[in-house]
Amino acid sequence: MFGYYIDLATRSLKRNRALTALMVLAIALGIGTSMTTLTVMHVLSGDPIPAKSAQLFRVRMNVFPDDTFTQGKETPDNMTRRDAEALLHDARADRQAAMSAGSMVVTPPQGEPLGVEARYTGADFFPMFGAPFRYGHAWSRDDDAAGARVAVISGALNEQLFGGGDSTGKTLRMGDQGLRVVGVLGDWDMNPRFYDLSNGQFGDSEQVFVPLSTALDLKLSTSGSTNCWNSAPDPHAASAPCLWLQYWAELDTPAKAAAYRRYLDNYIALQRQAGRFSHPGQVELQDVMQWLDAKGVVPSDVRLQVWLALGFLGICLLNTVGLLLAKFLRRSGELGVRRALGASRRAIFLQCLVEAGMVGLVGGAFGLALAGLGLVLVRHQPTDYATFIHMDLRMLLGTFALALLSSLLAGLLPAWRAMHVAPAAAIKSN
Amino acid sequence: MHFRHILSALGRHRIAVCLLVLEIAFSCAVVCNALFLIGTRLERMHRPTGVDEPHLVQVDVHSVTPGTAEALMAQTRTDLATLRALPGVTGVAIVNQTLFGDSIGFSGVSLSDDPKAPSIPVTQYMGSAQLAGVLGLKLAAGRWFRPDEFIGYEQLRNGATGVPVIITRAMAGHFFPGQSAVGKTIHAFGTNRVVGVVDRLVQPRDYGPAEYYGYAMLFPVEMPYPGGTYLVRVKDPAQRQAVIQGALRALKADGPLRLVSPKYATTLEAERGKYYRNDRAMAWLLAGVCLLLLVVTAVGIVGLTSFWVAQRRRQIGIRRAVGATRGDILRYFQAENFLLATFGIALGMLLAYGLNLLLMLHYELGRLPAYYFPVGAAVLWGLGQLAVLGPALRASRVPPVVATRSA
Repeated sequence: MFGYYIDLATRSLKRNRALTALMVLAIALGIGTSMTTLTVMHVLSGDPIPAKSAQLFRVRMNVFPDDTFTQGKETPDNMTRRDAEALLHDARADRQAAMSAGSMVVTPPQGEPLGVEARYTGADFFPMFGAPFRYGHAWSRDDDAAGARVAVISGALNEQLFGGGDSTGKTLRMGDQGLRVVGVLGDWDMNPRFYDLSNGQFGDSEQVFVPLSTALDLKLSTSGSTNCWNSAPDPHAASAPCLWLQYWAELDTPAKAAAYRRYLDNYIALQRQAGRFSHPGQVELQDVMQWLDAKGVVPSDVRLQVWLALGFLGICLLNTVGLLLAKFLRRSGELGVRRALGASRRAIFLQCLVEAGMVGLVGGAFGLALAGLGLVLVRHQPTDYATFIHMDLRMLLGTFALALLSSLLAGLLPAWRAMHVAPAAAIKSN
Repeated sequence: MHFRHILSALGRHRIAVCLLVLEIAFSCAVVCNALFLIGTRLERMHRPTGVDEPHLVQVDVHSVTPGTAEALMAQTRTDLATLRALPGVTGVAIVNQTLFGDSIGFSGVSLSDDPKAPSIPVTQYMGSAQLAGVLGLKLAAGRWFRPDEFIGYEQLRNGATGVPVIITRAMAGHFFPGQSAVGKTIHAFGTNRVVGVVDRLVQPRDYGPAEYYGYAMLFPVEMPYPGGTYLVRVKDPAQRQAVIQGALRALKADGPLRLVSPKYATTLEAERGKYYRNDRAMAWLLAGVCLLLLVVTAVGIVGLTSFWVAQRRRQIGIRRAVGATRGDILRYFQAENFLLATFGIALGMLLAYGLNLLLMLHYELGRLPAYYFPVGAAVLWGLGQLAVLGPALRASRVPPVVATRSA
């Protein structure tokens, strides 16, 4: 029976090619724009580290002195060096790392000086964030303590400076100073770069990683936000009243996370007792997705585009409803004959829906092509997330599901009207 | 015309009429709001900065191993002299932050030294002696800094206070409404006396509420080159690329080993383009969707009207047989479409208003100005008449003889 409906639908669609083309065009345009924007949204709001996003926690606290503290104001993103070092020293999490973004100028033996993006952090950073090593290994916790002159470099920088290959043991020069390369990373990009959203949320990861203690020794320049509540000649000094370090903890089980939260509450209480401030203080412990959510990583323009596209799809569907209605009612005579020959109302209804569904599927196929075109356009936009927007299998299947669903929805009302065509009147008027 | 007859005829196709009216209404609502969004983007992109942008290029130089503060300041002065001597250059300055740049410095500014006093964050430009002239700022009141007022950044960091300040007219309006700001005192870096007011200067990037965009301060502070950017004013905008090349060559030839690269040298105009690229992309996207939307709506009108014409062939034939001219038939369908569009537009206005309220709730967007309503209405009336023309002409060509044939 279904095969027969498909045959009928094909004939009917072929009979009035112009009208069919208009319906397919309307659905394809609606689906194409919706899927383009939904794909961008899907990629941007994705989980950058699915295997560990529930075990990695951003630690934030509010330790402002009383005259800077405002109750109910958001907890600052970054921590002071004093607090970060206290937490690192206690080491209550499975792994922990304090970090800052930075920029360095390296001087290759031959050629021009080169500006590179750097991250100053601790030994735990690499296992925490699943950074793979192509050669060598991370530096050790002893290196952290000693401020060892070591560095880990990205595969791309290894290619650029040393021509690829195992470069461990070689020296990364910065004028008269040098850092020994202990490891070379493999492919590793976190998009969005959730561990520090302050310096470009999307794009390549850093090219050089240096122990935080070493960076402080060498006075390497930091980038990102530094917020001081008092004047500070050196905002990176051990007790400077400045917020500039991001802090992350790895806690493998919910029980450990709960225990860590208690530890943080206790830490704040001790600080209050020590007379740093008299307000209650604030502590935030958020896993990766909570943190991304709180920071609103998906640009508001992208959200607006999704709503616009869905609105557009809605209008396209309204249009399709009208055209299908016209099409079905124009065939009142034919439908009347079928009814007179014994086809049930249900059969007419199903036949009409099959026709609508076919329009939807063809529209979906064209819509997919349009979405592909749309994504090419998105990738050519000068936004920082442009390069890694792509369609995955889920969105591909989603396209057809959305196309089929919306065309069936559009077919409901016309099919309903068509099945109520009175056979006698329809045949007579023809 | 006989709208009553049209209405009673339309009453026989209630569902199709409703669909068409709804489609026109939603199109109207979306088009009104999309045009408004495009308008706000364009307005944002054309906000004046108070800076003579076409004549400016900028060069960033990064140090490899920062030496002593004195050595850095000495090198900075040498660089400024080198750049000033280049052909086609009329002025050079160093500044801590540039328009549309990534870095932006703020100080909490209040009118009293009590830490609890209400303060707002205001961005600060710290520049060398020629900065105001290089930027092309216009003085509205007071005076520029005197040469003996300039201090080094190191002194400010070590707590120098009492540095004079020049503020923008917008900022003066916030702190000293209705009075002259010159001679007054603000608290930013300790206590700062306002010596001048400039017409306009803006934040490097949008930060905080929209009205803060025009709040800025200038301090007579000389930055060392790793903490600042060289701003070069050219005589002729056509010479900008040549000046950039010359500047890079001159800076590379001179001084210690450091990072001088075309990657960090650009025109202010290019920086402006980069800063507003998202707004431009969004405006184009909105315009594209508007256009598609209108196409789809027109398709719907063509489709449904064609259907009606086909259905009413006999009635049209009868009307023609009893004396209606072709023009009468044409005008009938045009009037019918006008009526439908009017219903759609009326409903669309309400929807547009509701959509605007929704957008205001979720995005930083103002109220839809009233003049967008007639624009949206005119667009949809025009579109409807255009779309109906084809089917209506076909209807007018139905011969009277159709009336005599039994269907």
